[in-house]
Amino acid sequence: MTAHAQPRELRTDNRVSGRRPLARAAASRRNRNIALLFLTPFALLFLAVYIIPIAYTVDQSLYKLRHDGLGLGAPTKVFNALGNYADVLRDSAFTGSIERVLLIGLVQVPIMLGLALLLALLLDARSTVLKRFFRLAYFLPYALPGVVGSLMWAYLVDPGLSPITALAHDIGWNLNPTSSRMLAPTIGNMLTWGWTGYNMLIIYSALQAIPPELSEAARMDGCSAWRISWHVKIPMVRPALILTTVFSIIGTAQLYNEPATLQTVAPNVGSSYTPIFAAFTAVADNDFPYAATESVILALLTLIVSFGFLRLVQRTGSIR
Amino acid sequence: MSTLQIGSRPRAASTSPTRRSTPRRSDSSRWLILGVMTISVVYFLAPVWWLLVSSTKSDSGLFSGNGFWFNGFHLWSNIRSVFAQDNGIYARWLLNTLVYAGLGAALSTLFASLAGYALAKFPFRGSGALFNIVLAAVLVPQPLLAIPLYLLFSPVHLVNTYWAVLIPSMVSPFGVYLARIYAAASVPDEVLEAARLDGSGEVRTFFQISLRVMSPALVTIFLFQFVSIWSNYLLPALMLANESLQPVTVGIVGWQQQHGSGNAVPTNVVITAAALCVVPLVILFLSLQRFWRSGMTSGSVK
Repeated sequence: MTAHAQPRELRTDNRVSGRRPLARAAASRRNRNIALLFLTPFALLFLAVYIIPIAYTVDQSLYKLRHDGLGLGAPTKVFNALGNYADVLRDSAFTGSIERVLLIGLVQVPIMLGLALLLALLLDARSTVLKRFFRLAYFLPYALPGVVGSLMWAYLVDPGLSPITALAHDIGWNLNPTSSRMLAPTIGNMLTWGWTGYNMLIIYSALQAIPPELSEAARMDGCSAWRISWHVKIPMVRPALILTTVFSIIGTAQLYNEPATLQTVAPNVGSSYTPIFAAFTAVADNDFPYAATESVILALLTLIVSFGFLRLVQRTGSIR
Repeated sequence: MSTLQIGSRPRAASTSPTRRSTPRRSDSSRWLILGVMTISVVYFLAPVWWLLVSSTKSDSGLFSGNGFWFNGFHLWSNIRSVFAQDNGIYARWLLNTLVYAGLGAALSTLFASLAGYALAKFPFRGSGALFNIVLAAVLVPQPLLAIPLYLLFSPVHLVNTYWAVLIPSMVSPFGVYLARIYAAASVPDEVLEAARLDGSGEVRTFFQISLRVMSPALVTIFLFQFVSIWSNYLLPALMLANESLQPVTVGIVGWQQQHGSGNAVPTNVVITAAALCVVPLVILFLSLQRFWRSGMTSGSVK
């Protein structure tokens, strides 16, 4: 994202850079004063809501709460360097939650984005009828607040109420979406249902921005619609696919609403089912340093996976 | 062609007048496409259909008969029960949500447009780095910030007040990103220069000229932020223990979580409450689609 921003900046700047160095410095100073005035309200809030909480979390993760021998009285806070990190990484409940989320992401994100891409391509196809209706229908789940969608699905899979298991029973399939084995697929389904339309619309918007001459030329050359999709359209919407993948990785890392809502009908969703869940559990136990450590590790992992993915696609992109 | 329109809705003919020129494709591939799209529609709409149908059922009606079809019509009495439950707190929740989302989105749009405009139009040493920091914030998983915010707000007595939700809602890094792109592309330097020569101060120029030029982007930023505040659950759930301050999402989940306990809120009331709070958002989406797509385009095509 940032690499693309650079040339635009240079372009707006050439009014300034054409002059002598001294005048340029003066203009830059004048710019800065105006810019700072305009930036102040946002910057103050950004500091309060992002920077300070992040700094606080990192700081707290370096301390440990020590209780006296009997566990009576308030615990004292002692510096623990990276000791919490060693503890958290050895905590099988936490590492298990990371593995679970990774696994859900590895299966669910490709399914969701594959479906989003397929639907976007079909919507973009010339022969498709009722485009408006289909587009709205696919996008509708995004209009539901995430937690309301989750709540709806919790009822939809609730063994006592579920119309889905009722239908499955009618065809002789003994389905129970809240059994321990089915929990991950059920949550994956909730995510796919809620976010496919959003991703589809991002990809579809990118498809719409492709100059029509391109596919027209390919069609003249006798390319079938499927081959135009594969060789022209999909490479052209690569930035949109990368963007949606990164957003999905971040979204999966913060998985919380779905399992939390599901817990009321599926008590087998454990108290550290996802990393965020684990951090909240630690807070409920009044151990913020532990929760802070878990948060930092999760944030770092998210960054590593996101940037790792970006690196990977950049490398394969340059080979092409 | 004509065979397709029989099977589908009558509006089909008007949707794409240019189709005449399409070379005839095999019917089987057309049917395949329509089949895939129809199955997908069923997948995406059936749960919402279930929610709407269920909101018309009595509590006992929910547990008998086909879930996807009507079973008596009790919508009006359900709605009355929703608004009567717990001394009518549901209306208060809706109002709270409207305050959080409306005020939060309006202020965050103003602040984001000021910041994005400054970054686009008044470049200075370090403005690029500043922008990158703001962009990086988009990558931070939001729920991770909720806990430290709670701990920081608590000693200054902001927890359990409107401010606890409003302050974080006023910040939209994504809005800054959109505003910067849009300001760079649509506000001409010549106009700013002309205003300057006419003796207009930069602040006045911003409010009288630039803001107007940027208005399509502002609507998009407002919408995204409005919906994200309306949908937010984790932050208000953590910050607001006082039920009369909660937004509707937290309230409804609170009702649902009584599920199975002694004097729980009846399931039909919870379901109707959920269906009701979805309606305003769906209307917002359907009526303002254009702006959704413009926001998403600028997010992905660069």
